[in-house]
Amino acid sequence: MSRAPLKIHDELMRRIHAHGVETYPHECCGALLGRDGDESREVLDLLPLANRRDDSPRNRFEVTADDVRLAEKTAREKRIELIGWYHSHPDSPARPSEFDREHAWPWYSYIIVSVQKGEARDTTSWRLHDDRAAYDAEEIETVAHPASIK
Amino acid sequence: MAVKVIIPTPLRAYTGRKEAVEVQAATVAEALSALTNQYGELKKHLFADDGRLRSFVNVYVNDEDIRYLQKDQTGLREGDTVSIVPSIAGGAGRAA
Repeated sequence: MSRAPLKIHDELMRRIHAHGVETYPHECCGALLGRDGDESREVLDLLPLANRRDDSPRNRFEVTADDVRLAEKTAREKRIELIGWYHSHPDSPARPSEFDREHAWPWYSYIIVSVQKGEARDTTSWRLHDDRAAYDAEEIETVAHPASIK
Repeated sequence: MAVKVIIPTPLRAYTGRKEAVEVQAATVAEALSALTNQYGELKKHLFADDGRLRSFVNVYVNDEDIRYLQKDQTGLREGDTVSIVPSIAGGAGRAA
């Protein structure tokens, strides 16, 4: 099934990349706040969060339930929705791992940025199938101007 | 007793878009069981194959995390609100 691309303002994409570079060689993570509609989904703001996996931050990240509640509250205050998450894969491809799949829910957009030797490279987005068996790649459309609905 | 279960946005596709579902339950375990009996598609997103809550699925009664109460045996009172909140985890998935 084809799906409308995930729109994101290029400045927000630059912030995701900068976050991945800043935390390299550890994984960064954060929330995607925006709007979801039948025909489009757009990231309108970010909430960078701390990676709580201090035992293995180079290849794992965790956003605690309290931070998820904070992200939901932040979205509500801005009258938008929590539509997904971003994280980095230091020196690894921007593809979801088996570990990612086991810890995901459908509907959310999961942006992954590959940070190679300290530089942000490929960026991809993924949505989990209803049956949890696999992900679909979600096209990312970077836009030069933020949405009028902000 | 009647309690309200708040459905997180990603799972509303499985509850007919409902943001909250009222169920009759005396414990958290009963509430989640009643919820997934009513909306079967929810089950695989909340519970692993062994029947336990998935490790990243957290449950709150009112504003208290049930891990600090009596877990899924936490008792419920009329009018309580049960919230399902994921923690988000993942990563590159190979040895660092």
